[in-house]
Amino acid sequence: MIFLQLFYTFFKIGLFGFGGGYAMLSMIQGEVVTRHDWLSSSEFTDIVAISQMTPGPIGINSATYVGYTAVVNAGYSHGIGVLGSAIATCSVVLPSFILMILISKFFLKYQKHPVVASVFDGLRPGVVGLLASAALVLMNSENFGSDTYSIITSIAIFATVFIASHKYKVNPILLIVLCGIAGFILY
Amino acid sequence: MLYLNYFTIFFRIGLFTIGGGYAMVPLIEAEIVDKRKWIKKEEFLDLMALSQTVPGIFAVNIAIFIGYKLRKFWGAFFMALGTIMPSFLIILAIALFFRQFQHLEPVERVFKGIRPGVVALIAAPTFKMAKTARINRYNIWIPIVSALLIWLIGFSPIYVIILSGFGGYLYGRYKRKTESHRK
Repeated sequence: MIFLQLFYTFFKIGLFGFGGGYAMLSMIQGEVVTRHDWLSSSEFTDIVAISQMTPGPIGINSATYVGYTAVVNAGYSHGIGVLGSAIATCSVVLPSFILMILISKFFLKYQKHPVVASVFDGLRPGVVGLLASAALVLMNSENFGSDTYSIITSIAIFATVFIASHKYKVNPILLIVLCGIAGFILY
Repeated sequence: MLYLNYFTIFFRIGLFTIGGGYAMVPLIEAEIVDKRKWIKKEEFLDLMALSQTVPGIFAVNIAIFIGYKLRKFWGAFFMALGTIMPSFLIILAIALFFRQFQHLEPVERVFKGIRPGVVALIAAPTFKMAKTARINRYNIWIPIVSALLIWLIGFSPIYVIILSGFGGYLYGRYKRKTESHRK
């Protein structure tokens, strides 16, 4: 039953979604692409690109998009796909809701609590690993091509964007648009 | 009427911020703290700090915490709904649309260029995050081992979060114990 699985998967992603949007992308990829095989690696990358360029938090955008695509890929109609979107989006937000009510009921200076502080000391290096793994997993033939020309072009694009983003802080939306134009011209 | 107002405020903010949750913060502050004076500046900063330590989507967490502060459950519900709705509707429209175009040859070419770029955009924040996480030669094995486990054997990132959080808890407990022994 894909709807129940979607609910459970995105609830888990919401519950353990520490470390911001990109860490969450790594979890979505781990669950949705690697584990359940609901979408292909290149579909996932396309969704990330579109989520970056449209308004709103990247976590919501990608949950909505993944929910839809997973259900339609499983052979259901577009209307049912909308239901998949709604389930994924609601279930990724639900843990925040529950936690917020719990925290305000039993408020014990949650964020200053020594246990919470030491848990976060442990989480931070883990999140760095998550971010690194997301990039490593996506460096495959679906995203970089399989013929020599595609691979060389892709590595050149990757290196340029990496430097532009990391070193010169160029706006990511602008970078995606430029990559699109480069792809159109070079292929 | 108040709830409709909550919804539209966050709907507008969600609609006009491109580039993720952090871009929303100044807009939320301008609307809720400066313009409407619903909560004080210090309270807003507290809520923001709390939203960052809770799992989930940062912008939605802020909406939930502000809404709950103002009007309990339904306040949180309508503010969260307002934040989510623009993304949800826009993405749905694109998803329905894009499926029909994604296999066209020019679209394929555009996305062939975009894909490695997106991978680079995901790789770049790793190094920034490594700095804020104060990665040094004693803890660098944690990100390396977890990245390799995920990459090579398909280990779930969720387990990495659980294990590293639990590891942090144990280490903190051990540290507190040895410190109290010394005293």
